[in-house]
Amino acid sequence: MTQQPQPLLDVRGLSKFFPIYSKGFFQRAVGNVKAVDRVSLRLFPGETLALVGESGSGKTTAARTILRALEPTAGQVLFRANGHTVDLAALRERQLKPLRTRMQMIFQDPFSSLNPRMTVGDIVGEPLVIHGLARGSALRDRVADMLERVGLKAHHAMRYPHAFSGGQRQRVGVARALILRPSLVIADEAVSALDVSVQAQVINLLEDLQQEFHVAYLFVAHDLSVVKHIADRVAVMYAGRIVELADTDALFDDPLHPYTRALMSAVPYPDPDVKMRFQAPGEVADPAALPPGCSFHPRCSQCFDRCSQEPPELREHAPGRFVACHLQDGDGSP
Amino acid sequence: MARNAEREFVLEIDDLKTYFDSEEGVLRAVDGVTFAVKRGRILAIVGESGCGKSVTAYSVLRLIQKPGRIAGGSIRLHPRQGPTIDITALDDKAEALYAVRGGLISMIFQEPMTALSPVHTVGNQICEAILLHQDVSEREAEEAAIAMLGKVGIPGPETRLNQYPFELSGGMRQRVVIAMALVCHPELLIADEPTTALDVTIQAQILGLIKDLQRDLGTSVLLITHDLGVVAQTAEDVAVMYLGRIVEQAAVRPLMKQPRHPYTRALLESLPSLSERHARLESIEGSVPALTAIPPGCPFHPRCRFAVAGRCDAGGPPALREVAPGRQVACVRAEELP
Repeated sequence: MTQQPQPLLDVRGLSKFFPIYSKGFFQRAVGNVKAVDRVSLRLFPGETLALVGESGSGKTTAARTILRALEPTAGQVLFRANGHTVDLAALRERQLKPLRTRMQMIFQDPFSSLNPRMTVGDIVGEPLVIHGLARGSALRDRVADMLERVGLKAHHAMRYPHAFSGGQRQRVGVARALILRPSLVIADEAVSALDVSVQAQVINLLEDLQQEFHVAYLFVAHDLSVVKHIADRVAVMYAGRIVELADTDALFDDPLHPYTRALMSAVPYPDPDVKMRFQAPGEVADPAALPPGCSFHPRCSQCFDRCSQEPPELREHAPGRFVACHLQDGDGSP
Repeated sequence: MARNAEREFVLEIDDLKTYFDSEEGVLRAVDGVTFAVKRGRILAIVGESGCGKSVTAYSVLRLIQKPGRIAGGSIRLHPRQGPTIDITALDDKAEALYAVRGGLISMIFQEPMTALSPVHTVGNQICEAILLHQDVSEREAEEAAIAMLGKVGIPGPETRLNQYPFELSGGMRQRVVIAMALVCHPELLIADEPTTALDVTIQAQILGLIKDLQRDLGTSVLLITHDLGVVAQTAEDVAVMYLGRIVEQAAVRPLMKQPRHPYTRALLESLPSLSERHARLESIEGSVPALTAIPPGCPFHPRCRFAVAGRCDAGGPPALREVAPGRQVACVRAEELP
């Protein structure tokens, strides 16, 4: 085992609640949607951590709260930049701006995430302009260089997004995210909207650029086959909490949490000889009205008394292997 | 011979051409598609966006609107009882066409929220379909609706009948849409990306439901999807489409285990789940051309790693031909490829 490097990102107990207001004149807060509830994870330089879950699991909210696109309700987001560690959750907006050059985002929909009135050159160059890092011919050169690195042509800078296919647009989105050479990129369902042949191109591109720039990806996704391919480690979310976190191979070879197993058994494998053996009735828990105890217990085939009474904590089951399930506690603790 | 075909197939499509007139010329969204759905089986049409799979499905129900038109070919439905119906020959307002839509052939759409009326109760919408196509009383229709809701796995169907779609989750809504589609016992069910908008655990439930109902009711299914995993887990026969044409057709197992058309092969190779972790994915060069600029010769040749000059890049598109029993491929090099 090599010595553990310092994490680029160390998220500790991050929560994001959205208040539910009562109807009527006073609009009192009567409850919370616990979109993200005490999420802790670490991301190391140059690695890919996937955050997977179904809709409403809180994976996108968690990613946005980490970047302070949303204000966290509680918790710390320790981020390492220029040799210092800062808590993104505690910084003022003004202190945050210089750090934004170090962290960028790639969005899901390549059609709505690019301004149709800006040329591709303006879109890709905008981060440099906003942070005052380049102008004039230096700006044009860097944009042209970046476009070529993502597999587009320098002369594409003059064109508008509508002239490009979905896959090419996503390349523009990737170029915009990487032109500042960030150390952290959050890719929110970055390949979900693409056709499978184009998806493969963009996945290859993301992997090539990671090698080249040593950037760490927090890869938010729902497609487990993509995650298995691209991620070094995987965190599985259900109803706002991480239920399992492990190295990709360990997780796929031996999923410990019943939800992880259900999720994997539900993936339609593209081989007619490998039959889907799916077992998880019911529907994803509503984060506005979570069941008591473990949020997954109403759908879990192995649920016992304790599961409906006490929420399980995320515990380290083996080195680097975390799971939040009473079945795995196993030490006879009450 | 003809009588055998009627017994074996529920739907026969022959050289279907659906074109759209646009300022840039005629867009050949579906250009000479021939296939047949075997009675009691699930045929999947699979392809990427813009390949014409949905337009094919909409053509079967004659739901193509201007500037689109069915420019040629025939679509014949063979009901178990009654004579064969030539759907392409029916008048736009013919009684027979209304009997086909929702009666003999019904459809499940991708987005359950937009397929359901937001201002009518679930019960109203299902009963409307029954009363339109069957000669029964309202009371009987309601009973049939309750029975069908039970069959698609909706708990408490009597109370659900009075609810509105917004009160149901996405998975429940899709169950309602399926109930509505199957309540008239159609000869053919067309499912257009029925699980694309759903989460993976809900998708597994809905796919299981469609398969169970198909087996119990003996319905034939035309499944439209872009997802090869859904194809492998659901379909019995498969047609792969690219740029408005079928490029390969076979039973699901041989097609996915030993694809013969270079496009089918490339599609399967580009799936992350089938390759080693962190190994480079085999992507297909370039992107799908626009319908205004379909390449000459084989439409796939500019992206094909097996294309040879002179044979693949000139003349008309290669015909779909039988290269082995039960397997059709539209590639001039089908026999010689490794």
